[in-house]
Order: sequence, then structure tokens, then C-alpha cells
Amino acid sequence: MRYLLTILALLPSISLANTQDTGDTAWILTSTALVLFMTLPGLCFFYAGLVRSKNVLSVLMQCFSIACVASLIWLIAGYSLAFGEGNGFIGDFSKAFLNGVTKDSLSGTLPEPLFFMFQMTFAIITPALIVGGFAERMKFSSVLLFCSAWLVLVYLPVCHWVWGGGWLAEMGMLDFAGGTVVHITAGVAALVAALVIKNRNGYGTASMIPHNLTMTMGGAGMLWVGWFGFNGGSAVAANGDAAMAMLVTHISAATGALTWMVIEWIKYGKPSVLGVVTGMVAGLGTITPASGYVGPAAALIIGLLAGIICFYCTNLIKQKWKIDDSLDVFPVHGVGGILGTFLAGIFCSTELGIFSGYGFGGDNSSIAEQLQVQLIGIGATFAYTAVVSFILLKIVGLITKGIRVERDEEIQGLDITSHEERGYNL
Amino acid sequence: MKKITAIIKPHKLDEVRCALSEINVTGMTVTEVKGFGRQKGHLELYRGAEYTVEFVLKTKIEIVVESQNVDSVIDTIVNTARTHKIGDGKIFVAPVEQTVRIRTGEQGEDAI
Repeated sequence: MRYLLTILALLPSISLANTQDTGDTAWILTSTALVLFMTLPGLCFFYAGLVRSKNVLSVLMQCFSIACVASLIWLIAGYSLAFGEGNGFIGDFSKAFLNGVTKDSLSGTLPEPLFFMFQMTFAIITPALIVGGFAERMKFSSVLLFCSAWLVLVYLPVCHWVWGGGWLAEMGMLDFAGGTVVHITAGVAALVAALVIKNRNGYGTASMIPHNLTMTMGGAGMLWVGWFGFNGGSAVAANGDAAMAMLVTHISAATGALTWMVIEWIKYGKPSVLGVVTGMVAGLGTITPASGYVGPAAALIIGLLAGIICFYCTNLIKQKWKIDDSLDVFPVHGVGGILGTFLAGIFCSTELGIFSGYGFGGDNSSIAEQLQVQLIGIGATFAYTAVVSFILLKIVGLITKGIRVERDEEIQGLDITSHEERGYNL
Repeated sequence: MKKITAIIKPHKLDEVRCALSEINVTGMTVTEVKGFGRQKGHLELYRGAEYTVEFVLKTKIEIVVESQNVDSVIDTIVNTARTHKIGDGKIFVAPVEQTVRIRTGEQGEDAI
């Protein structure tokens, strides 16, 4: 009888877990649209404004095309390899082409096609972010080939490690919305791509001024709004977790923006528009892995550190190392992702007073233990992404007979030489 | 007759136009131009990267006046366009051989 009562007591929770929740579904439908909005049009405009007018269409074309290709890869086997059971390293092909998934299939409290779509938008924006590393000089064929192969060989495994029940998930690694899966992988790949493809002609001597900061500011605003779906949606439910993730995301973005602005004001005498929006993106990228584990006071610290550290890393890479990561993907997204993943391990602790979060992941019971896991995750993702990206770039270079456009084509601009179009006919 | 060509900072255009109207300058031609003088352009900062903008945006004003009015026009432009900062611009004066008002056929100083 006692056993029967226990079973009966469990029934509501069991049935809840296996039932679609319309509230959750509504929010994730919204979040999916918001995250896609980050790439199309947010990132498109953000990047397009930062390049010279002769390359505006090429960057738009690259982001847009990657979104299309990534969607098909996600359908064919991407979703299955990332979230299928498989092993600790990679999923399996059990859900290739969404085999066996219907509109009635569930993933938690969501229709599985919706979970598929939501995760697909992350698989779209990650390779699109890399475009900033090699903007204004890579062949379009190389871009498509590299990003497709990179999605399969880098994004899918790392996504499985962290979110698909892989080895990092087993260790209790904390990455709420993609600091590791999205930002570290994209940032490192952009850095490696910039090193392999080398600097743009005239880098450091010729003027490479962003051609339309109004466009960049508009795109940045779309990113900020879209990020609510990115982080708030990663709660995969319409509940307090989502609300708090959205709140800390907003606080960190605002703090990052103001921090970067103040540093520029002190250092260069004037606060710039590009500075304030870059600080915002740094704040967003940095809070992302921590967004479901920390409170608003910690978000303030995270945003502050994001503004300071990403600012100095940008200057270090540009001015000291002279690496032409054209649109600063690594110092903003990569460093932000690393910093946020690390800080999540600290501020998740419940014992930091007003700066406390919601507890450690897995079996970890102290900041030291959690940080160890976070650092293993950061190191493994960094190293794996760097090595595979490097090899891929070399192979793609062989297939497309040189990964870079000809010097004359680069000087003339990729809009005309790669796409036979002009951005502006004024 | 003389042609006065003044290269000034764009934001000074309205002020210069008003001041010239007050001393009875009846017409001018204005062009947006780019160039540089001794300052050799200026620096712009984008995420910590310094870029030299070699050609600075300027406004060119061209006015044709009777020879005796040249000094007062020059004084007016100098007094209104001056900011005491680098890049305030230059004024060039050149002789004009003939002026014709197309509508009436008037020539010389009558056509100014």
C-alpha cells in the first residue's frame, strides 16, 4: 500500500514532464524567432556597417548563406549528432532528417520540432560570428565550405559535450546559453582564421574605417533584443529561470557598454558609438554562460569585467600583436566567452552574499571544484577548436585553390569581384 | 572684378552666408569638397585602431565681387569662419575677366 501511495504521489510530476506545456512552448517559439533575429538581421547589419562600403554585400551574403547552409546541416544530421545519445564525444544518427519526430513528439515540455528549431538558431549564429575574423578577404566558396565543415566537426561535438549529455556535461560544467558552445568556439575559430588567411592588404597603413556606424548601431540594438531569446530561452521554459536569465543579461549588457564607454572617455578623451556598442556585445557574450546561474549583483560585476578585459584584449590583439581579426570576434566573443565561463564557476556559489548564484553543477561542491571543471571545459574547447579549425582551413585552401581572393580583387572589393553587385548606387 | 574662393569648415557655412548677406553680397556658389592642408588630415579611432583620414571634409564658397569690395568680403569671411583651431581653411583671390547674366545678357559688374 505504501508503495502504491508513493507511486500515486509521483504521478502528477511524471505526467507533467511528459506533457506539452503551452506556456513553455509559447516562450520558446518567441525565443527561437528572437535568436534567428540576432543573425538575420542583427549580426548582418552589425558586421555590414563595420566593413568598408566595397565589402558590405559580401558580409551580408556570407551571414545569410551560412544561415541557410547551417539549417540544412542541422536537419540532415546536425541535431542528431549534437543531441542524440551517442557517446561522450558525439551523438548518433538516430534522428537524422528528424527521423521519427512528429508534431506530437516531445522534448521535455516542448514539441520536439520546436526544440530542434531553437537549437538550430544557435547552430546558425555560431559560424556566422566567425565571418568577422576573415571579413573582406576570403573567397566565398571557401567561406561556405569552411563554415559547413566547421559546423559539423567543431560545433556539433562541442555542443554535444556541453548540452547533449557529453563528457563536459557529465562533469557538471556550467554553460547556460553558449559561452563555450557558441562564443569560445566562434572566437577561437575567427582568431585562427585571421592568422591562417593573414592580414588584409594595407592593414595598419591604409584606412579601414567602418563604412556605416549607423548600420552597426542598429544591428547592435537587434543583437541586444535578440539576446533575450538567446539567454532567456535557454531556460527552455517560461518560468523564473528565464526571467532571471533575461534580467542578468540586460544588466550585464548595460554595464559592459558603460564600462567600455568610460574607459574610452578617459583614455582617448571621447566616448565613441562603436565603443559603447562593443562593450554591450562584450557584456552580453560574457554573461551568456553564467546567465542561468547568477544573480543581478553578480551580473553587474560580470558586465564590468567584460568591459575592462575585452577592451584591453582588443587593443592587445590589434595594436601589439597586429593580428587582423577584422571585426574583433576573438577579443569580444572569444574572450567574453572564456571570461564568462570562468566567472560562472565563481558566482554560481550560494555563499557570496548579495553576489550569490544558484549553486554548483553536477557533484561539485565548492568554487574550487567548479572552477576546475570550468577551466577544463574552456581549455578543451579552445584547443579542440583551434586545432580542427586550423586543419580545416588548410584543407579548404587546397580544395578551393587558395582560401583568399586575389590581391586585385581584394583591393577592388568583394561586392563586385565575388558577387557582381554594389551595395550602393547613389 | 575678383573671384574669392574660400575653403571653410562645413559647420561655419550658415554663419558666413548670413554675414556676407549683411554686406550686400548677392550670390555665391557652394560646393562640398575634400582636401588637406598643413594638418595632413586627422586621426579617427575605432576600437583602439587609429586611422588617418587624409582628406578632410570642407566647404568651398565661390563669390565674384567688384574689386573694391574684396577686402570687406575677406574680412567678413575671416571673422566669421575663424575658430582659432587648426583646419579653419584658406581664401584665394583671382581676377575675373568677364561676367555675363544669362537671362538678360548683362555683362561686367552689372551682371554680378
